[in-house]
Amino acid sequence: MSAGQVLLLATLALPAAGALLVALLPRRVERGGRIAGTVAAGLAFATSVALYDGRGWVVGIDAPVQPWHRIQVDWVPWLHLQFHLGVDGISYPLVVLTTLLTLLCCLYTLRHVPEGGRGRTLVALLLAVEVGIVGTFLALDLVLFFVFFEVVLLPMYAVIAGWGGQRRRHAARKFVLYTLLGSVLLLVGVFVVVAGAGTADITALTGGGPLSRTTQLVAFTLLALAFAVKAPLWPLHTWLPDAHTEAPTVGSVILAGVLLKMGTYGLIRIGVGVTPQGAAWAAPVVGVLAVAAIIVGALVCLAQTELKRLIAYSSVGHMGFVLLGIATLSAVGIQAALIGNIAHGVITGLLFFLAGAIKDRAHTGELARLGGLREHAPVLAGLLGFGAIASLGLPGLAGFWGEMFAVVAAVQRSGALWVTLGVVAATGAALTAAYFLRMLRRVSHGPAAVAVTDRLTRPELVAWSPLALLALVIGVLPVLVLGMAYDPASALAGVVSP
Amino acid sequence: MSAAMLLPAVPFAAALAGLLVPLPRRRLAAGLAVAGAAAALLLAVALLVGLDQPYGRYVELVRFADLAVTFGVRVDHAALLVAVAVGAVALAVQVYSVDYLRGDDRYAPYAAQVSLFTAAMLLVVVAGDLIVLLVGWEVMGICSYLLIAHDRRLPEAPGAAVKAFLVTRVGDVGFWLGIILLGVHAGSFRIAEVLSAVVAGQLPAGVVTAAGLLLLAGVAGKSAQFPLHTWLPDAMAGPTPISALIHAATMVAAGMYVVFRLYPVFSTGTGLLAVLGVVAAVTMLLGALAATAADDIKRVLAWSTVSQLAYMAGALAVGATAAALFHLLTHAAFKALLFLAAGSVIHAVGSNLMSAMGGLRRGMPVTFWSMTIGLGALVGLPPLAGFWSKDAILQAASGGAGTVAALVFAAGLATVVVTAWYATRLWLRTFFGPAASGTGHEPPPLMAWPVVVLAVPSALLGFAAFADTWVPWLSTADPAAWSGEYAAGAPAPEPVLAEQELVHLGGFLVVPLVAVAAGVALAWLAWRRDPSADPARYLGPARAVFARGFHLDDVQDALVVRPVRALARAVRAGDEGLVDGAVEGTGRGTGSLGGLLARAHRAGLPRAATAVLAGAVLLGLAAVAVGGAG
Repeated sequence: MSAGQVLLLATLALPAAGALLVALLPRRVERGGRIAGTVAAGLAFATSVALYDGRGWVVGIDAPVQPWHRIQVDWVPWLHLQFHLGVDGISYPLVVLTTLLTLLCCLYTLRHVPEGGRGRTLVALLLAVEVGIVGTFLALDLVLFFVFFEVVLLPMYAVIAGWGGQRRRHAARKFVLYTLLGSVLLLVGVFVVVAGAGTADITALTGGGPLSRTTQLVAFTLLALAFAVKAPLWPLHTWLPDAHTEAPTVGSVILAGVLLKMGTYGLIRIGVGVTPQGAAWAAPVVGVLAVAAIIVGALVCLAQTELKRLIAYSSVGHMGFVLLGIATLSAVGIQAALIGNIAHGVITGLLFFLAGAIKDRAHTGELARLGGLREHAPVLAGLLGFGAIASLGLPGLAGFWGEMFAVVAAVQRSGALWVTLGVVAATGAALTAAYFLRMLRRVSHGPAAVAVTDRLTRPELVAWSPLALLALVIGVLPVLVLGMAYDPASALAGVVSP
Repeated sequence: MSAAMLLPAVPFAAALAGLLVPLPRRRLAAGLAVAGAAAALLLAVALLVGLDQPYGRYVELVRFADLAVTFGVRVDHAALLVAVAVGAVALAVQVYSVDYLRGDDRYAPYAAQVSLFTAAMLLVVVAGDLIVLLVGWEVMGICSYLLIAHDRRLPEAPGAAVKAFLVTRVGDVGFWLGIILLGVHAGSFRIAEVLSAVVAGQLPAGVVTAAGLLLLAGVAGKSAQFPLHTWLPDAMAGPTPISALIHAATMVAAGMYVVFRLYPVFSTGTGLLAVLGVVAAVTMLLGALAATAADDIKRVLAWSTVSQLAYMAGALAVGATAAALFHLLTHAAFKALLFLAAGSVIHAVGSNLMSAMGGLRRGMPVTFWSMTIGLGALVGLPPLAGFWSKDAILQAASGGAGTVAALVFAAGLATVVVTAWYATRLWLRTFFGPAASGTGHEPPPLMAWPVVVLAVPSALLGFAAFADTWVPWLSTADPAAWSGEYAAGAPAPEPVLAEQELVHLGGFLVVPLVAVAAGVALAWLAWRRDPSADPARYLGPARAVFARGFHLDDVQDALVVRPVRALARAVRAGDEGLVDGAVEGTGRGTGSLGGLLARAHRAGLPRAATAVLAGAVLLGLAAVAVGGAG
């Protein structure tokens, strides 16, 4: 095995081993278990960063998918299931984001265990979720992709149902049933493709391979519905506000930060890559729904009365920009979607951490009962302001690039429909500013309604500062995320419109 | 790399460092802030002195397929002159703020935000790429939001801050789309490439016109032009030095600067200059008239900013780009002076209202004389700075052909009268007449000095127009000449200048002077009857309309704010009731269906036994039927 293959395997095996170890430790080593889990998450983060390969910046466009490292072993041949992993410029940033957010959540849990169960178990579940998400991003076999896609579901259900807020059972059930419905469609879609092509190898399938146009249309419809539930695409989004609001802080961070990206990543890698004709056929519908999501998400936020729910709904709008970028099927749009994904993960992760901290301190998330945060907690208020400003897409911070260039891609596609979509999406950007400033006015400004202490714990600082820093660094140097994605994204776009 | 790239970078570094300074470390925060502004000013002066020929330097930031975004600077004399103005005003404001915010425990983030603002404005000034320009443009907006909301004792401050950001952001939707249209069709976001493509006619005419109109929306928002001017008067809720820096001298000027910088787009597109001219004429008079009735001294100055920016817009509309930039520079000097001096007055009196002032000239002579120079420059008294720049605009408008030039000239001349009237009213109400609350006292030295220093350019900057280099410096370079600039950093050829004269000594100079005299005399006569009463009482029924800014806030509220809020509530109800209702309904429906089936299976033994037997019989019959058929 080459060093790259070892790293690839370790990125998956470390959190899996960590989860097992933590779960199997005797009852009394509670804190030790949390520490062990955090160490495993830290090691996984380190190996995922080390996956980086400079080739991503200069690779030629010979084959549409050119993984930097890959492992390919037969697993269940009659199911076309291979243990086939690989990483390239499209998946690498998402993998690192996943391992980073999991590490930060584990660090945060060292000190802050939400009510409901033991922190050790929560850490084990977070690591299990990590295995599923990282596996989804690394899988180069369709069936394996499906397996990892499903691995995420039950541990996440347990996180929400075990450590969530008051209506956690309802939210958890809704989350699991709704996304399970998507999974059924995904399974059918995967086997339509596999049966039609006789292989499940994504590298071979990219470009459509031997699939007929009809098969591609059917498969894309099924796959896109599944990914649309996960992403989520309006109007299939209503599991999200409940799940994000009721989940414990770390659960919301993982949900919004990386779990949603499984949907958009799947749409890029499989929807666009494997069934390009289907994608080209359905693109206008996806584009219209994406823009509807931007506008509806923003308007709902403008009338929203609860802090976490507001941030949850803001995800609907932000993912709308990502989906608009994908729907343009152009290299610009796909790159915009990729950086939009990363930026949303970083910024919304930060916002959920902050919302959790505020709710913990004020014991309420109702906007009407919050207020004057900056009077007693200037640092917390400053960070919340920074997160909100980054999230509203201020140029110079991470959120800007994805939104701006999704609109650029729409205008570049030209034609009345796409230009209109671009214009409406740009209007959505103004609405986004409106609801975030309304939120800041309710939470930060005015007389202090509830006394909120500003003393930040060390785990809080450790968990938040990397995200705040990344929001700035990616904003100033977007090339850090996009440089490696340039060629793979162009190759994918080339597959759709050769 | 280029030294000009440091121009925004230095204050940016000061801002980042300043944001990390703990709240109680005032001295450190002040040192960083003043050093950052001073370094930016020195750098701008050094670059201006050392500049032979305009040039551009570019570093690729990121690439989206075939569209590159470059962190580039595009430096010419005009840009550096504006940079010097920004640096000077920023330095004055930073020094002034040290004393003005003496008792404020949130001084450290305030000073850092002012540094960040300075960096953003300098980025707009030197940017060679439209996307990078947009970064500076919007960061300024957010700094403005943060600084307006700074004062925690003012209940209206957060609302004013939100309004300022949102109204400009509405305009910025147009600005975004305008930039995108230009970038997509020119295949590049670099200003030089976009402009040369526009001038060479490579872009469809419709695209240039649409992009220009969209950009004008952003310009109207940022530069507080009708109908997006409503945020500026409210923005006076921010601390006075902020009003001086952002809402008078620099940020609001950014809109006009961008029109200047991208002038070929506006002169090529159909009807764009006419739109700009009409907007300018309306805004000029509207702002001046609204200033006549305001009692808050800062509001008077804010409305006068709206009106003076419209002069620049008018100049740009009639093609007098050099005159527009000239007025931008003189206005930066005298408006910063006026706001800082007004801050000293407010500091002494403890109120913003002119009805609480009066008779202050004896207690604060330095402030009085400085403010007199500032008001004289605003009104256009010779030989103060504003006289020359405003005269250049009126001359250009009077010489221009067409209805738009005539409109700008008529509105400009009428505005001179109104400006003279409200400036005289402000001067008399503040410094003469009976003292409503003491005779005041001079401010501490750190507040006094910046005002005195700013009085120098306010008085003398007009004479620069007599220098041979001034007109070439203020002129835009021909974009065709610029197009060579990215050939491996080779110096661009000498810019081709549009012939523009700034100084016209002649009989025409009498016209604006008569207008000024008329305005001053009217205000003085009204005041002399009763020095303790407000001359605005002679406005009659118009007074209330002017004081409310022609009720445009109410119009905006009725047409935009309330419908959007109602729509938001309706959409939320729809999303929760219909879209989610369908999902929840499916869940409940499935649940109750399951319940029904479960109940059907929970039968007593006899019924269950009967059912099993009946099933067996049914199956048997079916087997026989199928088997028999087979």
